[in-house]
Amino acid sequence: MTLLLSPNTQWVLLSTLILGMAAGMIGCLAYWKRQSLMSDALSHAALPGVVIAFALYGSKNLPLMILGAAISALAGAFFIGWIRSSSRIKEDTAMGMVLSVFFGLGIMLLTIVNRSAGGNQSGLDGFIFGQAASMVRSDVYTMLALGIIVMLVVFIAFKEWKLYLFDPDFAKGLGLSGRWMNAVYTFVLVLVIVIGIQAVGVILMAALLIIPSVSARYWTNSFKWMIVLSAVLGGGAGVIGTMLSAAGKGWPTGPFIVAASSAMFAVSLLFGAEKGLVVKAVQLRMQKKQLAESWTQHAAIEEAQ
Amino acid sequence: MGYTAWILLTASLVGLCCGIIGTFLILRRMAMMADAISHTVLLGIVVAFLITRELSGIHMLIGSIIAGLLTAVLVQWFHSRGVQQDASIGVVFTTLFAIGVILIATQAGNAHLDVKHALMGEITFVPWNIVNVPFIGGVPEAVLMLVIVLAVTLVVILAFYKEWKLTSFDPALAASLGIPVVFMHYVFMSLVSVTTVASFDAVGAIMVVAMLITPAAAAYLWTDRLSVMLVLSGGFGILSAIAGYYIAVWLDTSISGSMAFATGLVFLFSFLCSPKHGVLAKAVRPHARHAADKEAA
Repeated sequence: MTLLLSPNTQWVLLSTLILGMAAGMIGCLAYWKRQSLMSDALSHAALPGVVIAFALYGSKNLPLMILGAAISALAGAFFIGWIRSSSRIKEDTAMGMVLSVFFGLGIMLLTIVNRSAGGNQSGLDGFIFGQAASMVRSDVYTMLALGIIVMLVVFIAFKEWKLYLFDPDFAKGLGLSGRWMNAVYTFVLVLVIVIGIQAVGVILMAALLIIPSVSARYWTNSFKWMIVLSAVLGGGAGVIGTMLSAAGKGWPTGPFIVAASSAMFAVSLLFGAEKGLVVKAVQLRMQKKQLAESWTQHAAIEEAQ
Repeated sequence: MGYTAWILLTASLVGLCCGIIGTFLILRRMAMMADAISHTVLLGIVVAFLITRELSGIHMLIGSIIAGLLTAVLVQWFHSRGVQQDASIGVVFTTLFAIGVILIATQAGNAHLDVKHALMGEITFVPWNIVNVPFIGGVPEAVLMLVIVLAVTLVVILAFYKEWKLTSFDPALAASLGIPVVFMHYVFMSLVSVTTVASFDAVGAIMVVAMLITPAAAAYLWTDRLSVMLVLSGGFGILSAIAGYYIAVWLDTSISGSMAFATGLVFLFSFLCSPKHGVLAKAVRPHARHAADKEAA
């Protein structure tokens, strides 16, 4: 408990809270763009950039690594688009290839850097599974600033996002540039991925985007409330997961955040107000009952006649 | 056989197995399903280890088949409940993978099973882990497992070649002809799981995706015939495995990472230079682009 109350842990908790919220919000955009797995591909593709940035600077420097990760993730996005548009390879195959080949390149570089950097490697392995405990105060500031930017982008242009996602043709008719919205979307997606990498790691980053939005979908049909709820669920998962992983020495943060998120998904799946299994079962039973009643009434009337 | 020879043999077997399975993955548009299964297989292995307390071939195979089928069933179930296909893949595999990593970190963390090994593979340890096979002598366990998996895969695919072809290209027609499409789907998922777990020791959970998808995608750019594509894909798999090994030796780095990277190089070459579907060919001969577009339409 004393560990949780130390100021450093509080800062880390705040940063995973903001990260979870930002990822939850962007996840909703990705969900409706039907690109949930794109986030998985891009987060894996960020690894080589992180390692190159580390190798160039010689030690851990978060802004530089975020820049490296962003460049490499955008290169991945470019390859996926290029392969899909100029060959007969389908998008999911292109995503799988970029994901695994970039990750392989990242592991190659990581092994080289680890070997040549000697003992100076601490913090780099953490980028695979996430090690929130290794964050220092300046990392937290960087994450907070970028996370808030991401949330503001969603908040300010909310009406535009809605149009862009649900009725792109109408949006075009109103003069909203699809290409610009696409660019902004890719930008915020990559931004949220790269700020999450240190806390959650490249492998599980996608879960932070996907799971809260899918869970929120079970509670509401309104896009606005879906985003709000997804942010709440994501932020909650971030805090709970960080606290759980702080309980053991050297436990990775990412998997615990994902597990917390999945537990919330299970609750939503069962009890969600809109599409939850329990609610649906109750509705079905009530309908059956009504139908049975109307039939018995019917029969009674017929008999009376 | 020498140390290097065993490693090259293991790598080539991985390339061959993955290349063959990968062909059907591409044609059935299930590339991301392979990604999902390669992650969840980790949970199967960890649970098998926690129950039996040993890391032997058969337990791992059973655990991985269960984990792979569980993934396929769960994804299908969520999808039928209104979750988008790719979102449901994302939810299922990240959850199961996270549970696997947590179990390793909290329960099973020891010399035999650690997260890094599971993710990146340790092909350099393969030649040390020898089992005795009657008539042949000492063979590394990973090689034995890969040979068995390859044999099973080949038998299953060659015996029902026509059925696989039909269910891959036209599942509706296959169903109307009375071929058990759903059953074959789950058989295929089992094959993907066992291939993944057999390749696990050598290349780890994530690089196996590269071995599965990339050589097959490269082969897909060279030919329109399934049989040729199977041969090419297996060949590309072997080629990238061996090339990857030598790149790794040259740069003194991770072998599995280099193998994944080599598959990327093979694909890039095919993507640029393939006579029919390559970018350069299309740029040089506009009518080729036209023909390809027409085919795509």
